[in-house]
Amino acid sequence: MGHQYLAIYWRDMLRFVRFRALLFSSLVQPALWMAFFGIAMTSSFDRLSSLAPVPEGAIAIPYLTFMAAGVMALTTLFTTLFGGMGLLFDKLWGLMREILASPAPRSHILFGISLSGITKSFIQVIIIMAFGLLLGVQFFVGKGPAAIALSVTGILLFVAVFAIGFLLLSSTIAITMESPESMQAVMTLLSLPLFFVSNALYPAESFPPFLQAATALNPLTYLVTGIRYFAIGPDFFALGHHYVYTATDVFSAFLALAFFAAVMFSLALRTINHAVVN
Amino acid sequence: MSAPVIEVSGLAHRFKETVAVDGISFSVPAGQIFSFLGPNGAGKSTTINVLTTLLAVQQGSVKVAGFDVAEQPEEVRRSIGIVFQEETLDRDLTVWEILEFHGNLYSMPRGERRARIDEMIRLVELEKKRDVLVKHLSGGMKRRLEIARGLMTRPKVLFLDEPTLGLDPQSRIHVWDYIRQVNREGTTIFLTTHYMDEADSLSDRISIIDHGKIIASGTSRELKDALGQDIISLETGDDVNAAELLRTLPEVKDVRPGMRGFSVTITGNGAACLPPVLERLKGAGISVAAVNVKRPTLDDVFVHFTGREIRG
Ligand SMILES: Nc1ncnc2c1ncn2[C@@H]1O[C@H](COP(=O)(O)OP(=O)(O)O)[C@@H](O)[C@H]1O
Ligand SMILES: [Mg+2]
Repeated sequence: MGHQYLAIYWRDMLRFVRFRALLFSSLVQPALWMAFFGIAMTSSFDRLSSLAPVPEGAIAIPYLTFMAAGVMALTTLFTTLFGGMGLLFDKLWGLMREILASPAPRSHILFGISLSGITKSFIQVIIIMAFGLLLGVQFFVGKGPAAIALSVTGILLFVAVFAIGFLLLSSTIAITMESPESMQAVMTLLSLPLFFVSNALYPAESFPPFLQAATALNPLTYLVTGIRYFAIGPDFFALGHHYVYTATDVFSAFLALAFFAAVMFSLALRTINHAVVN
Repeated sequence: MSAPVIEVSGLAHRFKETVAVDGISFSVPAGQIFSFLGPNGAGKSTTINVLTTLLAVQQGSVKVAGFDVAEQPEEVRRSIGIVFQEETLDRDLTVWEILEFHGNLYSMPRGERRARIDEMIRLVELEKKRDVLVKHLSGGMKRRLEIARGLMTRPKVLFLDEPTLGLDPQSRIHVWDYIRQVNREGTTIFLTTHYMDEADSLSDRISIIDHGKIIASGTSRELKDALGQDIISLETGDDVNAAELLRTLPEVKDVRPGMRGFSVTITGNGAACLPPVLERLKGAGISVAAVNVKRPTLDDVFVHFTGREIRG
């Protein structure tokens, strides 16, 4: 395989660091989520959940810890959902002609965009982790350096495979759309159900059955499962629910995300191979 | 003549009900500058887009640099450079970054790429702008950068779609100089334009295109000669008799009174006709006060073939 995707990657990262406002907001935004939403909700949720009896053997965790994992997942969702936007501007401003007329295979556009989206998500996730730990989030409790390194790797692996799926979905939409406004509209429409019908900020276990079924179709649910497993542990108690993740649960969550990414890849590849820029 | 670098036969392209290109055939020998001259909407950009693999070949056959555009698009892409009609530069990158990106897109090895970038920046005289963002360049500089980018990969053919559209006169001359220089170094050039003077001053051969059809082809000289319309303006001591006298010459197509004196439309070369014309007047004892021979312009050629001016 050639290395043309690195050119796409390099340009996208160059633009990312060049636009200071964009860079700044993408780094500070997740931290603000943690600081305001987290701290505000923690006091009320913790008061409520202190009423629920903790079952034998389960470890109760503060809400801030519970939601920190969710904020990592949500931030990844929003960043990657808009990760294809650049392609729309490239298309509208004619910049994509240079790439389409070059001998670089079109799949490399997708590889390059995926790689830069993953990089940005990694940076954000690591910032949230570090900032969360600073605020007193109880991640990696009782783990040594090697176990922490392993857990972080696990988290990043989940983030990466989730990011690929949504970056490619975003790219497909970008190549199909004709204006930034319409893309914005589609994204907003898409992000709301993904956001609410998930276990990111509250337990989906207390949803009515049809919503629970919807949660099972939401890739965000699987990302959250992966992050919580690696950051908090396989067995904890939060918001009146006892969470137990087996290794099989986590592995199948990963497979579900990988499947989603594969489907999105074939969709995006088909779309870009048929794209005509005039 | 060397083997053709571009061979097009029976090419047609339509957008839904609009016929943009309507069955054109032409070929361009290696090392030439070939121009498509025609008004807006004639089908020039569509032709370039098909030749550069951006649009599919709908009908006809196209070979560029020895490769079939429909069968071997990747080989074609490797062999060509393109300067598009609209600006296609990322305004948030620097001059150097634009070229670095392009070289990487074409998998140029690092050493060669870096050397070539320096060479290209020198060629288009943007040394002082190397690390300046594109959005801070003038229109002429951007065009020069696009030409540099098109040449980065040493293409066999450089496609230029209206290369001086919207440039000031000085920048135009500048761009023309680069085009000539690049061509002297061996690159075949295919350019489109709706400027007569551009086609006239740059091209080895010109095809005039209108409504998707090629209506005339040849060197600038051949096209003008084909018109057979050199005009000799004369002021004489006796214009009425002189006009009557010249009307009988076989080379003379038409005689019309002018503001002062009269003008004679000549079939063929006007300068070559001058001696017999003057001879005839002298023989009749008519004195000649002033003579002027005007060659037709490509404007006249366009009007002749289409019945209208190119603007519009
Ligand atoms: N993408 C397109 N969709 C529909 N019509 C088009 C498209 N591109 C060009 N055309 C039409 O095709 C004709 C030729 O256009 P074009 O090749 O751009 O001409 P030129 O470059 O000579 O100005 C015009 O009538 C134009 O409106
Ligand atoms: Mg055009």
